Amino acid sequence: MTRRVLIGKLGLDGHDVGAKTVCRALMERGFEVVYTGLRRSPEEIAGAALQEDVHAIGVSILSGAHLPLLERLAGALRQAGLDDRLWLAGGVIPRADREAVRRLGFRGVFPAGASFDAIADFIREHTP
Amino acid sequence: MSRSTRDDVRAVRLESGIELQPVYGPEDVQASGGWEGIGRPGEFPFTRGIHPLMYRKRPFTMRQYSGFGTARETNERFKWLIANGQTGLNVAFDLPTQIGLDSDDPMAEAEVGRVGLVVDSLLDMEEAFEGIDLDDITVSLTVNGSAVVLMAMYFAVARRRGYDLSALRGTAQNDILKEYVGRGTWVFPVEPSVKLVGDTVEFCAKHLPKYSPVSVCGYHIRESGALPHEEMAYAVLIARAYVDHVLARGLEVDAFASRLSFNFDIYGGLLEQVAKFRAGRRLWARILKEDYGARDPRSMVLRMIAGGGGGGLTVEQPELNVVRAAYYALASALAGTQTMALCSFDEAYTIPTEPAARLSLRTMQILIEETGICDVVDPLGGSWAVETLTNQMEERIRAAMDEVAGWGGIVPAISEGRLQAHVSRRAYEREQALRSGRLRRVGLNCYRMEEDEPHVELHPYRPEEAERARRRLVRLREERSSSAVERALDGVRAAAGRGDNVMPAVLDAVGVYATVGETMAALKAELGTFREPVRF
Repeated sequence: MTRRVLIGKLGLDGHDVGAKTVCRALMERGFEVVYTGLRRSPEEIAGAALQEDVHAIGVSILSGAHLPLLERLAGALRQAGLDDRLWLAGGVIPRADREAVRRLGFRGVFPAGASFDAIADFIREHTP
Repeated sequence: MSRSTRDDVRAVRLESGIELQPVYGPEDVQASGGWEGIGRPGEFPFTRGIHPLMYRKRPFTMRQYSGFGTARETNERFKWLIANGQTGLNVAFDLPTQIGLDSDDPMAEAEVGRVGLVVDSLLDMEEAFEGIDLDDITVSLTVNGSAVVLMAMYFAVARRRGYDLSALRGTAQNDILKEYVGRGTWVFPVEPSVKLVGDTVEFCAKHLPKYSPVSVCGYHIRESGALPHEEMAYAVLIARAYVDHVLARGLEVDAFASRLSFNFDIYGGLLEQVAKFRAGRRLWARILKEDYGARDPRSMVLRMIAGGGGGGLTVEQPELNVVRAAYYALASALAGTQTMALCSFDEAYTIPTEPAARLSLRTMQILIEETGICDVVDPLGGSWAVETLTNQMEERIRAAMDEVAGWGGIVPAISEGRLQAHVSRRAYEREQALRSGRLRRVGLNCYRMEEDEPHVELHPYRPEEAERARRRLVRLREERSSSAVERALDGVRAAAGRGDNVMPAVLDAVGVYATVGETMAALKAELGTFREPVRF
């Protein structure tokens, strides 16, 4: 079965090279990818994930606002009943914050430079 | 006895696709287009530099990008940089300010003052520049989507402090077209955004003839994936789009072209980079003279800030970025830049801490004070290799421009997302080249050290400063004259609706303390907002 992944840009940060590169890498590895474009709110990302019925939701943040934004996103995803999907976070996420990001429910944390194969394998392993 | 030949050595192809020879001679310059385009420094076509004496007369301006938190914090950092010998300022605004949201907007939550200075109203702009002589030091405003408002605020601050606007120098980035390709702080749809850039150019041509209203950026397009010749090609095409727009409004090319400037990236092969800048200068001069009929030589010069190089830095072994920045600075100086800014070694992690910012500044100061780089103009000029590459690079840039013409031109290519798709494909190819080791990066794909992630001191974010900004905004809304603000915002809507130049109305609005968010909302009501095409 083809796995569906939503890649989103959360918050106001306009740096999308990484997010788009990951989209392309996942497409090449057989995933179906939905990309939200820039500047999405937590509610918009949750709405898109619900509508597209994706297996995994990955968001990219490079502005340093990842902790408060991911906390709001986790709330919106739970509200939308998407607790059972795989949540991923990427971008500039300092080592000191990664455990906190995982505790929010983002099981995969893939900072800039992460291997595409590792991301793809992680999604395959953690989605039905 | 055997003699080695070219066939014995490995092939080297530059990022731009140029096949590099191991040895160059005068015949190569001849074969690649000849010597005619070289000229003398300060003379058409300005291949060798835009001034006859270049750094011998005055070294390049050092202008590190900086700003964070509230105006008070940023003002302190500015003064500290100036005290450390920086010769220009380059203001970083936070993301809400850059896209025209006030600090109390729900979308701005968590982002206030994070990656730059928060500006809600003229009060913040006044405080940011308090005690800084705006004649003595030129200020560059890195703002695009909300540039009309922030430029108006800067002009208002200068006017209130008694500066003569007709003599005010400085630069605004204000290059909206590249924001749709990289960096992403667009607000309005493409066409009205170009019109707003035209408003600033026209306004400055009339009232601030020394001010540079636009700095056309190849930089962010390169950072988004474009190859070096594409970076130059797209910047030139974007600049042409602005020139065409302003000409269509009835201005003479010589009334404004000399105030356009450029911003380029510097990472990559040293000779290729130098050739890129020399070819770009020549190409721009020829376009202005031959295509636009400019007569004033000042209209033909490509003035630039060349620096940064974020795309070349690594998260791995971050101290190596100090060394990279020094080489980038050297390339930038050898290419004849007017202004330089370097990425700090910690920029893959954070906005620069104070010691990192100082190290970048000192890197440029060492170049100026110790290496003798300022003593001879264009020391690479006449090198058979450099002149051949310059000729070849000009050809490659023109070919990339033709490719965009085949897509229907730069503005449609951006509106439809075609250029973005092309550039993002390039980013993916580059990423693959880095991962496979085809493109070498020390610490990343060669000479890697298996170590724990290094400890890098992060610039602290102080949420209490964001709270302070919000309280100040609330107080302002209580204290200012709301009827004056309403009237002024009506004026902004009316000017935008009629298609008039909005700058006078925006100046009125910021002068009565309308906020960035309010003024931008008034413009959005008339101009609409951009819908991003998602295309791979």
